[in-house]
Formats: sequence, structure tokens, C-alpha cells
Amino acid sequence: MAEFSLPKNSQVQAGKTFPAPAGAKRVKKFQLYRWDPDTDANPRVDTYEIDLDKCGPMVLDAIIYIKNEIDPTIAFRRSCREGVCGSCAMNIDGTNTLACTKATSAIAGDVKIYPLPHMAVQKDLVPDMTHFFAQYASIEPWLQTESAPPPDKERLQSKEERDKLDGLYECILCACCSTSCPSYWWNSDRYLGPAILLQARRWLADSRDEATGERLDALEDPFRLYRCHTIMNCTNTCPKGLNPAQAIAEIKKMLLERSL
Amino acid sequence: MTSRPLSPHLQVYRWQLPMAMSIFHRMTGVALAVGSLVLLYWLVAAASGPEAYARAQGLLGSVVAKLLLAGWTWAFFYHLCNGVRHLFWDAGKGFEIKRAYASGYAVIGCSFVLTALVWACVFAQSGGAR
Repeated sequence: MAEFSLPKNSQVQAGKTFPAPAGAKRVKKFQLYRWDPDTDANPRVDTYEIDLDKCGPMVLDAIIYIKNEIDPTIAFRRSCREGVCGSCAMNIDGTNTLACTKATSAIAGDVKIYPLPHMAVQKDLVPDMTHFFAQYASIEPWLQTESAPPPDKERLQSKEERDKLDGLYECILCACCSTSCPSYWWNSDRYLGPAILLQARRWLADSRDEATGERLDALEDPFRLYRCHTIMNCTNTCPKGLNPAQAIAEIKKMLLERSL
Repeated sequence: MTSRPLSPHLQVYRWQLPMAMSIFHRMTGVALAVGSLVLLYWLVAAASGPEAYARAQGLLGSVVAKLLLAGWTWAFFYHLCNGVRHLFWDAGKGFEIKRAYASGYAVIGCSFVLTALVWACVFAQSGGAR
């Protein structure tokens, strides 16, 4: 059953403010969700006033600036800083995206930063991704075959067959889409969510894969697949411009066509 | 270790047209289920005889009832139009963000236009009668 409000230990309280240094000209406020597992305190929102002339253009630059120059206690994930690793996914200005590809200048007013929504928080902006990746493993995301491979070459695809993977293979598993989805918020224990279903579609669409029937069997379930109600938050928020909602619709179509 | 908090969700997520339309689809569905009970009451009253029917007509003719009926009319057309939108989605069409927004605005517009048309007909029909 959907729980619309936050549990008691999760309710966010007001935090500290770190004012900008004197003489700062282009000041912007960054409000960051904080939670420290070593205390009993509830999560809070700390405000950092930053001189934009002192830090890079992206939201990730600002968070790194805060950690280096203002408050080294803040925890967050980041790696590639160019939108290919998916580590710095978080809720910025109300929608999920990658901090490294979101320009601070694109945000009007204060920059509000929370961890990916409806996830167990490990510390500050770091959510626990264990369940998400366990769900990914559950769809067996690798090429499965029964036929013997050609003796002298790889399993080849035509250009047209390869084209069917466009819009699917680019997914970096940042979980922005899954954690934007209200259905996933209420049913993530059983619903696979848009990211994992887009990945499932990626293997269903692969001309070389020979486990289509088994894959569809595993997905044909009122929760695993059919909790998708085409709310479209996933497609709206994907930082890579992919369309998980459409990928899910394609899976539903495959199941329908199979049953006819 | 203290138990991990749940990160904020509805509290912080920015409302967007498609998600708002989705929850409205469900709410209008619930409203229509309740409204069908009113329709049932009216039919049962009609089958029970002239006195019961007259009482039902009196109740449903009140201003409050008419406002509710107008609400149900809109809920009906919203649910119908958005249902058609979902049929296109089920066929795999209209998922591009631009088209999803365009179809959303079309559904909202059509729901109000159709509601206005129905009530224009109602008032035209009953104009001189009461």
C-alpha cells in the first residue's frame, strides 16, 4: 500500500547555513539534503551560499566546491563528470538528473538537491542501490543462446537489427527514471521499474539473443511489468534522452502479440 | 547503526503535466464508480413507481446535484479522452515528450469542450420546461 508521507525518522528538518564570504558577487544558494548515520538526528537541509565566480558551471562542480572549500563532511557519488557513468544521479530542482550534466545557470532560484527519491539513504546524497542492481541481475542482462556459435566468426547482426538497439544500449543505469516513478515508489519491492524494464527490452530486441520466450515469461507478471501506468516521469527525467516508457510499451506489445 | 531514512519523494518531486494527468485519470475513475451508484439510484427510482421517481427527480434537480452532475460529466469526458490517449500509448505511439504533452493538452481541452456541449444541450432542452 502506498505510503504518501515520510516515516518519522525521515522527516526533513531545517539545518545550518554557511554564508558566502564577504565580497562575493554572484551568490547562489545551494540547499543540500544531509543525513549522518552516526547520529540519531533526522535528516536536515543545509544551505551553502556559493560565489559562482569561484566554481565551475555544473551542479556537480558546486557540490565538489562545497566539499573542498566549505564542508568536507558531505557525502555524494561522482566519477566521470561527463554523463557516462551515472554515479552522480540525484534529485536537483525537483527532478532527477545527473549533477555533472545539469548546469547551475539552468536553475532559477535556490538549487535544491536531494538524494534519488524514495530510497534508503546511506549518507547525505548517497542512496542504497543494492535492490536496484539486484533487480537488474534478475533480468539476466547478458546474451543467451542455445544454438552453437558460427565456428569462424562472431554472431553477426544486420544494420537493421543493430538499429533496434538504439535508444536502449545507451542507458547508463543511473536510476533517475526508476526513482522518478510513483509506481516504483509504492511498489519497488515487486515492480522492476523503468530502468530495469528498458534493459529487459534491450535484450528482447537483440537479434542474437535466443531466450526471448523465457524473458517474456519472467516479465509477464502483474507487478514486475504491469505496474507501469504510463505516468511518463521516466521519459521526462532521463538525462540521456532515452524513452523508458516506450520501451515498456514495446514489451507489453510483445506479450500481447505472443498471446494472439 | 540507526535505521536509514527514506529519501523524500512526493514532498520534493516537481509536479509535471503527465504525472498530474495520470493521477487525475485515476481520481476521475474513482469518481465515476461512485457516480454510477447515483445513476443506479435514478434507474431504481424510475422502476419503483411515479412517487419514487418524482423524489429522485427533485433530489437530482437541486443546484448541488446539478453541480455534482456537471463534475461527473467532466470526469466522464476526461476519463474517456485520456483513455483514448492511453490506447495510442498501448499501440506504442505518442511517447515522444512533445507529443505526450500535446496529447495531454488536447485531452484537457476536449474534456471541457465536450462537457460544455452536453450542458448546453441540457439547458437548451429544459430551457422553457421549468
